[in-house]
Amino acid sequence: MTAVDETTGAKEFGQSRRRKEDARLITGRTKWTDNIVLPGMAHLAMVRSPVASGTIASIDVADAKTSPGVLGVWTGADLDAEQGDLPCAWAVTPDMKHPRRPAVAAGRVKFAGEIVAVIAARSAAEARDAADKVLVDYDDLPVVLDMNEAIKEGTPLVHEELGTNVNATWIFDSGEAGTGGNVDEAIAAAHADPDSLVIERTFRQQRLVPAFMEPRSTVVDPTGEQLTVWSATQVPHIARFLLAVVLGISESKVRFIAPDVGGGFGGKIHLSPEEVATVLIARKLGKPVKYTETRSESIQSAHHGRDQIQKITLAAKKDGTVTGLKVDLLADMGAYLGLVTPGVPILGAFMYNAIYKIPAYQFKCVNVFTKKVLTDAYRGAGRPEATFAIERMMDTLANELGVDPLALREKNWIKHEEFPFTSVCGLTYDSGNYEAATSRAVELFDYEGLRREQAERRARKDPIQLGIGISTFTEMCGLAPSRVLGSLNYGAGGWEYSAIRMLPTGKVEVLTGASAHGQGHETAFSQIVADQLGVPFEDVEILHGDTQITHKGLDTYGSRSLVVGGIAIVKAAEKVIEKAKPIAAHLLEANVADIEFDSGKFSVAGTDKGVTIQEVALATFAAHNYPEGIEPSIDADATFDPENFSYPHGTHLCATEIDTETGKVTIRKYVCVDDIGTVVNPLIAEGQVHGGLAQGIAQALWEEARHDESGTLTTATFVDYTLPTAADMPFFTTDMTETASTSNPLGVKGVGEAGTIASTPAVINAVVDALRPWGIDDIQMPTTAQRVWKAIQGKEFDASVGAKDTRDGSHEAAPGNGAPLWSGNESGGAQ
Amino acid sequence: MIPAAFDYESPASVDEALAVIAGAGDREVKVLAGGQSLIPVLRLRMNAPDLVVDLGRIAELRGVRDDGDAIAIGAMTTHDDVTREPLIRQHALLLSLAAQTVADPQVRHRGTFGGSLAHADPAADMPAPALALGAEFVIAGPSGRRTVGASDFFTDLFTTAIGEGELLVEVRVPKHTGWGAHYEKFNHVAHTWSIVGVAAAVRVEGGTIAEAKVGLTNMGLVPIRATAVEQALVGQPATADAIRAAAQNADQGTNPMSDASADEDYRRHLAKVLTGRAVLAAVG
Ligand SMILES: Cc1cc2nc3c(=O)[nH]c(=O)nc-3n(C[C@H](O)[C@H](O)[C@H](O)COP(=O)(O)OP(=O)(O)OC[C@H]3O[C@@H](n4cnc5c(N)ncnc54)[C@H](O)[C@@H]3O)c2cc1C
Repeated sequence: MTAVDETTGAKEFGQSRRRKEDARLITGRTKWTDNIVLPGMAHLAMVRSPVASGTIASIDVADAKTSPGVLGVWTGADLDAEQGDLPCAWAVTPDMKHPRRPAVAAGRVKFAGEIVAVIAARSAAEARDAADKVLVDYDDLPVVLDMNEAIKEGTPLVHEELGTNVNATWIFDSGEAGTGGNVDEAIAAAHADPDSLVIERTFRQQRLVPAFMEPRSTVVDPTGEQLTVWSATQVPHIARFLLAVVLGISESKVRFIAPDVGGGFGGKIHLSPEEVATVLIARKLGKPVKYTETRSESIQSAHHGRDQIQKITLAAKKDGTVTGLKVDLLADMGAYLGLVTPGVPILGAFMYNAIYKIPAYQFKCVNVFTKKVLTDAYRGAGRPEATFAIERMMDTLANELGVDPLALREKNWIKHEEFPFTSVCGLTYDSGNYEAATSRAVELFDYEGLRREQAERRARKDPIQLGIGISTFTEMCGLAPSRVLGSLNYGAGGWEYSAIRMLPTGKVEVLTGASAHGQGHETAFSQIVADQLGVPFEDVEILHGDTQITHKGLDTYGSRSLVVGGIAIVKAAEKVIEKAKPIAAHLLEANVADIEFDSGKFSVAGTDKGVTIQEVALATFAAHNYPEGIEPSIDADATFDPENFSYPHGTHLCATEIDTETGKVTIRKYVCVDDIGTVVNPLIAEGQVHGGLAQGIAQALWEEARHDESGTLTTATFVDYTLPTAADMPFFTTDMTETASTSNPLGVKGVGEAGTIASTPAVINAVVDALRPWGIDDIQMPTTAQRVWKAIQGKEFDASVGAKDTRDGSHEAAPGNGAPLWSGNESGGAQ
Repeated sequence: MIPAAFDYESPASVDEALAVIAGAGDREVKVLAGGQSLIPVLRLRMNAPDLVVDLGRIAELRGVRDDGDAIAIGAMTTHDDVTREPLIRQHALLLSLAAQTVADPQVRHRGTFGGSLAHADPAADMPAPALALGAEFVIAGPSGRRTVGASDFFTDLFTTAIGEGELLVEVRVPKHTGWGAHYEKFNHVAHTWSIVGVAAAVRVEGGTIAEAKVGLTNMGLVPIRATAVEQALVGQPATADAIRAAAQNADQGTNPMSDASADEDYRRHLAKVLTGRAVLAAVG
C-alpha cells in the first residue's frame, strides 16, 4: 500500500491506508474524557426539569445536601451571578432576538431536560443518588411546541422579555443582490404563461438527534496556573475562547483539551451548559471535577438538528427549464440559541439552487422559538434541507411534465464546460462534472433495467412495488472564507492553522487546529505531510485538540478539515522546505538558488550531491554549522484562509421496494458516485460516504425526535429513538469521479457531510416514485411502514401512471408520454 | 454505577436462591437473570430494589434436557443457546427461530429464555411461541415446585403467575418433532422489539394442514393464541390461498394497543398479513 512512486514523488496521496488511530479508538484503550481520573476528583450529577415550561416555585435541596458523599448542591439562583450567558456566535440579522441562556436555569425552565441544580459528590453514584433527593415544585406555564402556532398573534411567548417568538427573519433575494432576477416576477410570468407551470410544495424536516457514540463528558482541573478542561468536544479552540468570555477569565488562564472524541456530527459544536457548570463547581471546590452525561440526558438536552418547515415554489417552462425558485422556511430554534443555531438554515440558503441554473431565486427564513431543546448544527447543517427540497421539487416537476427526472435535471444543470460558474446566489462554483458522475452512477445502477422492472411490477400490480429516486447534489463546504463569514455577520473567521516541528531525529510533529473526533485526520494528514516533506508516513505524528499544543485553530465541522486544515499543513510544509534550503545549501557548499527539493532530498541542480531533510533537521538542531544571519530552525507554521468554499457534488440513485401489504420500505439498491476532487485516502473517503449515507437514509426512513403535547421528549432512549444499525443498511455501491478543485493546491473538496446531504432525498424520491400509482406525490419523513401503509389505504392503484411497459423494446420507461430516458452521454444528453 | 445502590447476592443453587429471597424480609428483591431488561430499568432508576439476587451462578438453571414427551429448558438458558441447542431445534424449532430475531448478538448472549418469559413484555418475542407450543412453566417457591400451564402463565402486562418469593426454574415444551415452524417478526429497525410478531407451527399431512398453532406477539397486554386461525387452518390444503384466507381471522379476540410504534388498526392489519406469511413459511 505504500509503494513509492519514484517518478512522481507522490507516494502517499491516493493510498487507501488503514487508519492509524483505529486500534486505540476501536478498543477504547485511549483517552476518552470519561476515562480520565484525577487525584481527589469529585463527580457531578445534574438535576433536570421534567417539565418543558414553568416557573420554579420552590426548590428544596436540604436532603440532597446531607446525602452520603455530597460535597455541595447549587441551584440556578446560587450560580446566576457568575454563570454568565451562553453565547451564540451568529447574529444573523442586526435586530435578531437573543435570549439569555443560563447554564443552570434560575426561576424559569424553558424545555424539558434543562438543568435546575448541580450536585457534587465523591462518586458519580452518590451524586446521582443525591440528585434524586432534590425536590422541585414547578408552576406550569403554557408550552409552545408548534412553529406555526408560535408565530401567531397571542400565542404565549417562550421568552416574554423578547416580545415575540420570532428570533429573526433572514432574506436573500437574487433580484436585490443583483445576482439574478426577481422571483416574484418569474412566478407571476409563469402563472400567466400557458407554456409554463408553477409548483408549490411544503416539506417537513423532522427533528433529529445527532446521536454521537460517545456521550458528552467534561473533566475540569482548577488546581494549576491554567484551568484545564478536558471535554468531548469538536471545538476545543472555540470553547476556550467562549469560556473565557462567558466567565470573564483571562483566555491565557484556560487550557482546553479535546482528547480522543467519539463522534459529534455537529452535536459537539458548542460551549455547553454542562461544561460551564463543571468549571464553576470545580473552581468552587478547588479540586478536579468530572461530569459525564447519560445517554438519555444526551438525547434530551444536547442540541437537536433539522426541524424546519419548507414551503417551496418553483416556476418552470413546460420544456423543463426552471425559471424561478422561492423558498419560505420556518426554522425551529428550540428554546435557546446555541453557537450557530440561527445560522443553520442560512447555511442552506445558498444551496437550494444546487447544481442548477436558476435565473431568479429568493430565500426567506423565519427563525422561531419553541419550548423544546435548542437545535443547532447537525451533519450537513442547512444543506441537507436545501438539497432535500430542491431534489424533491425536481422529481415533482419531472412527474408533472412527464419527463424522465434525470433528463430534467440535465436540462437545468451547469454543464462541465461552464465552470467556473457563478450561481444565482453569487457563489462561484470552481469545478464540477455532473455529466461524468451521473453517467457513471447510471451505469452502476442499471437505471434502464430498474425502470423496466418498475414498469413490469406496476403492470402486474405486484405486491412489491419498485421506486427509483435521484439526488444530484452539490454542497458548499470547507467552512469558510473568513471574509464571507464576516459578510454574514458570523462571529469568527474560517481560516485554519498548522505548524510543523522538525525533530532532531528527522521525525515530524504536525500541529493542526482541526481537532478530529473520529474522521481519521491523523492518517490523512500524515499522508499529506509524508508527500510534502518526503518523509516516511510512520515518521509523522499529528498533534491536535489541545490549546497548549496548538494554540489556535477553528476546529472541525462543515467538512473543513482537509480543504482548510489540510491546506494549512501544506503551506507550513512549504515554509519548512524554504527554511531548510539555505541550511542545506550551506551543508552542500552550494548556492541556495541551485538547491532543489524532491522526495525528501535537497540536492544541487545538475549534480548528485544531496542531503536529506532528516540530515538538515539534525544539523539544524546541533546548530554547529549553519549560515550566518538566519535562525537555527526549520520549524514553521501557517494560517490558511480559503478564498472559496469547496463544492463537492455527486449523483445518488436509490431503488426502494415497497411491500404494499405492510408498507415496509426496503432499499433494494443504492449507488452513489461522488466527486470530492482529488482523494487523499480513498478508504477514509468511502468510510465518510458510508456513514453519511447511513445518517441520511435514517432521516428518510427511521429517525425522529418526538414530543408529547406537554413538551416531553418521548424518544429519549434508543428504544424509542430508532437509530439504524448495519443490519438495516443495504450494501452501498460507491464510486468517485475526480474533478479537481481549482481553489486549493491539492485539488481536494470536502466529503464529511456529502452522504448525509445527498441521500435523504434520493430515498424519499424513490419511495414517492413507488407510490405514484396511488396518486401519491409526497410523504412525510420518516417513512415508517405504518405511514406508507396508511397513505395507500382507500386509494385506487393506477398502473398507467409513470413508467410504461417496455417489453416491445422501445424503452419507453420514462414517466408519462414516452419522453426519452436520460441519454447517459457525458455531455449533451437528453433533448 | 448509575442505578441506585442495592445489595447483591449470587447464590449457587435454586434452594439457596429461594432462601436468600425468603430471608430478605421486607426488603424489595429483584431477581437478575441476563439483565437485558432489568438493568435498563435500574439504570433509568425506574426501579430501585434493595437486593438483587443474581441467578447467573446457578448451573442447574442452564441447559436443555430430554424429558420424554417434552423438552425441558432451564430458565437461564440464553437466547443464543436457544437458537442453537439441537434438542430445541429438533423438537421446538419455533423457539429457536423466534430467539434468532431477538435484538442483536450481544443481547442474545446475555438475555435468557426464562428472563424473557418472566418479564412478560408484550412486545417480547419469546412468550408467543412458548404459548403457541403449549409450554408448561415450572415455578419453585419456598413450599416446593408447581407447574403452570401456558394459558395461565401470562396474566397481565409485565405480570405472570410467578408469585413473590418464587422463581421460574424450567420451561417444559411438548415435543413438536417434525412440525414446520416460522416466527414472523415485524419491527422498525433490526435491533428493536416487535411491533407485531406471529409464531406459527404446523403439521402437514399429505398436503393438508393437520394441526396448527399460532401465537401473536404484541396484539394485547399478554401474548395471544390465535385460535380462530388455528381452527380455520385445520383440514385446509397447505396452499397460499387457503392460508391467507384463514389468516384473516388473526385479529379475532385480540386487543392491540395504539402506541408510538403503531396504531391499533395497523396492528390488526399486520396480524393478518404476518399470520399468513408465518404459516405459509411454516408449511415450507
Ligand atoms: C437493546 C435490547 C434490545 C432488545 N430487543 C429485544 C427483542 O427484539 N425481542 C425480545 O424479545 N427481547 C428483546 N430484548 C430483551 C431481552 O430479550 C431480555 O433478555 C429479556 O427480555 C429478559 O431476559 P433477561 O435474562 O435479560 O432478564 P432480566 O433482565 O435479568 O430480568 C427481567 C425480569 O425478569 C425477572 N426474572 C428473570 N429471570 C427470572 C426467573 N428465573 N424467575 C423469576 N423472575 C425472573 C427479573 O426479576 C426481571 O424483573 C432486548 C433487550 C435489549 C437490551
